[in-house]
Amino acid sequence: MIENEINEENEQIESSEGNKRWVVVPGEIIVSGEDFLPGEGARREGDNVIADRFGLAEVAGRMIKVIPLSGAYIPRRGNVVIGRVVDVTFNGWLVDTDSAGSAFLPIAESPRFLNRNEMDQYLGIGDVLSAKIWSIKGRGIDLTLKGRGLGKLEGGFIFRINASRVPRIIGREGSMITLIKEKTGCNITVGQNGWVWVKGDDLDSEIKARKAIEFVADKVLIEGLTDKMEVWFQEN
Amino acid sequence: MSSMDITNLTKEKLTSMFNAGKRFDGRGLLDLKDFEVEYGVSNMAEGSARVRMGKTEIIAGVKMEVGTPYPDSPNKGNLTVSADLLPLASPRFEQGPPKFNAIELPRLIDRMIRESGMIDLKKLVIVEGEKVWTVIVDIYPINDDGALVDAASIACVAALKNAVFPKLKEDGKIDYHAKSDERLPLVETTIPLTFTFYKLGDNLFLSPVREEEEACESKVTLGISKLDGRYMINSCQKGLSVPFRQEEIEKIVKLLPEKYDEVMKTFNKYLK
Repeated sequence: MIENEINEENEQIESSEGNKRWVVVPGEIIVSGEDFLPGEGARREGDNVIADRFGLAEVAGRMIKVIPLSGAYIPRRGNVVIGRVVDVTFNGWLVDTDSAGSAFLPIAESPRFLNRNEMDQYLGIGDVLSAKIWSIKGRGIDLTLKGRGLGKLEGGFIFRINASRVPRIIGREGSMITLIKEKTGCNITVGQNGWVWVKGDDLDSEIKARKAIEFVADKVLIEGLTDKMEVWFQEN
Repeated sequence: MSSMDITNLTKEKLTSMFNAGKRFDGRGLLDLKDFEVEYGVSNMAEGSARVRMGKTEIIAGVKMEVGTPYPDSPNKGNLTVSADLLPLASPRFEQGPPKFNAIELPRLIDRMIRESGMIDLKKLVIVEGEKVWTVIVDIYPINDDGALVDAASIACVAALKNAVFPKLKEDGKIDYHAKSDERLPLVETTIPLTFTFYKLGDNLFLSPVREEEEACESKVTLGISKLDGRYMINSCQKGLSVPFRQEEIEKIVKLLPEKYDEVMKTFNKYLK
């Protein structure tokens, strides 16, 4: 699907800052010469700077970086993620966040005091929560629920998109997500790991919100998508 | 991660949506996904086909081998169906010894083909009791977005219809680089297919996407073919723990001919 779009888009597009962006595959030479520095998603091999990932290459001054278009979620400290409880242990919950390694939410991080024997009443296996990544250690991720809007998610539903598309869904200063929220009247939370939680008043608006988000996630290479979404909402 | 189960929220939402007769992709509960068939995917296989059904993609290949017959059927050729659930196809598939799904899938397809009598196994005998042809059908899912068994059944039938015998060398060994014009001894009119009905709450649905398949509580796979204008159920297997009610099974059996004809309408275009 992505390949088709690349052809349609004629390979080069311009970013908001006026920098050229184009699609690269791993191993592809982005630029040659000593003048450039490899940034995220790129590395230097001899004279050339080559891509480490499939994505959009961007040259910003001397810096070369690749904005990934696919791949698994790489957890970072401070990210708000949505996860699913897979196990309740004696001192916390094990949470699946679609990342390598498991995430752990200690009982002390729950927003109110809980007895050991009522842990699974608050969060049982299969329940969904939004949480912030507190720390990343060698063996796993520690989560916390202390923060605004964090905690168990009730009602609505969850679906997944590719984590690399999350910035597109949110848009510049949240413009895209605000638009979708306004047009559908749904409550939407997007985790940095690509899990999306949608809760609306009725089924139809929820289905519409999901369609809109999946539409945006599909169109990675189009600029000015927020304006296009306005049109999309008029048509649908 | 090994846990790829559905969240409680999504399962509840899907149940209430199904109760209202709705699906995320806009289909009705019993609507099938469209599919397309492509032949000649592998040039080393004696027959091969790729099926794309929604986002589900599957490749089936047929290889021929000369072997000895089983002692209890000296006058019949052999049929072997195997599947390899590649980890690239789904986050649920892992590398390692075959698990439940990887064993169930080829068995369902094997029974569907064998019991329908699609291949005339008696015509695969070279020397009775000593030498027979072995037909090996291999299934490779490229992407699993639900309804893998149903897509595999179409792919396997297409690959078998497409298959030819390899040429034999003078010493009786197979020359895999030369294909003959001789097709497999198939019964022309018999085209078996499987239909898997899924159940969530009180709702039956067909052709799920991945999350619907993850949410389902029960499923039943039926192999069906048509002989002299009459529909035959050749095989049946129920999976998962929740039981089906009698009315539900009756409803499924009533629906089967209609769904079979619906698939055959598209499939016939590719079989010509």
